[in-house]
Amino acid sequence: MATLIDLAQHYNYIVTIFLMMAGLYIVIARGNMVKKLIGLSIFQTSVYLLYIEPGKIIGGTAPIIDPAFSVYSNPLPHVLILTAIVVGVATLALGLALVVRINEAYGTVEEEEIVEKDRDV
Amino acid sequence: MLAVVTVAIVLQRHLFGVVVLTTIYSFLMASVLIVLDAVDVAMTEASVGAGISTVILLATLHLISTTEMRSFRTKVLPLVVAIGTGALLVWGTLALPPFGTADAIIHKHVGPRYLSDTIKETGVPNAVTSVLADYRGYDTLGETTVIFTAGIGVMLLLRGMRRRGRTEEGGDGQ
Repeated sequence: MATLIDLAQHYNYIVTIFLMMAGLYIVIARGNMVKKLIGLSIFQTSVYLLYIEPGKIIGGTAPIIDPAFSVYSNPLPHVLILTAIVVGVATLALGLALVVRINEAYGTVEEEEIVEKDRDV
Repeated sequence: MLAVVTVAIVLQRHLFGVVVLTTIYSFLMASVLIVLDAVDVAMTEASVGAGISTVILLATLHLISTTEMRSFRTKVLPLVVAIGTGALLVWGTLALPPFGTADAIIHKHVGPRYLSDTIKETGVPNAVTSVLADYRGYDTLGETTVIFTAGIGVMLLLRGMRRRGRTEEGGDGQ
């Protein structure tokens, strides 16, 4: 019973980790490079959630100081994740540029076809 | 709902569909972030995650083929790895304080100081802005450096392609 209550209190983390593992699965199992990058960004967004969730206080508001409120959520994770989102898009753009180059060199973005072509050479 | 969209992304093989689903995923993520009081992050996620990411993904799809090949590799190993890691992480999070409690360790650290002193020290009521630009300004500097480097990388990779494309066209003409 205690374990069940524990699980219910950490339900948000379980969903986050489900998303994270879906991303991980795409990255490992799929050969298409665009799909791999999308998996990577799903993993990334789940990490955003993992950071933001502990900062939330039930009954608190967004961390904008106003005399009408006294309980605020923690602003520090928000700042860190703001940085992470922008960096994430930068890496996504770089990764996609690499995919376009690979497509130009090999004519495909499937990992297995690329390995085959390398073997032929 | 977020989980459902994620499963759809895993299953969808047509890459255009995947991109559209990713956009939906980003918007859902932004709504979740609003619920979690992270309005600034939600705004960034909606504009950057759903906006810019979609644009660059579509630009890439314009340049390459849009259907994913059916993979012949075994799917058991990745599934086992993912589920194993997931179980380990769930077990790890059980030690975290329950969701939404005000007396968790995270709220005893520098967070309250930022909240109580931000008006006095920076004059900005939005604590996220003041921490981003004042208290942790060096982080933001580092972030800009990363974006700058990524921008240079993308430019170098794609400029070479355009030049080669032009020479090929010239070769066809002769």
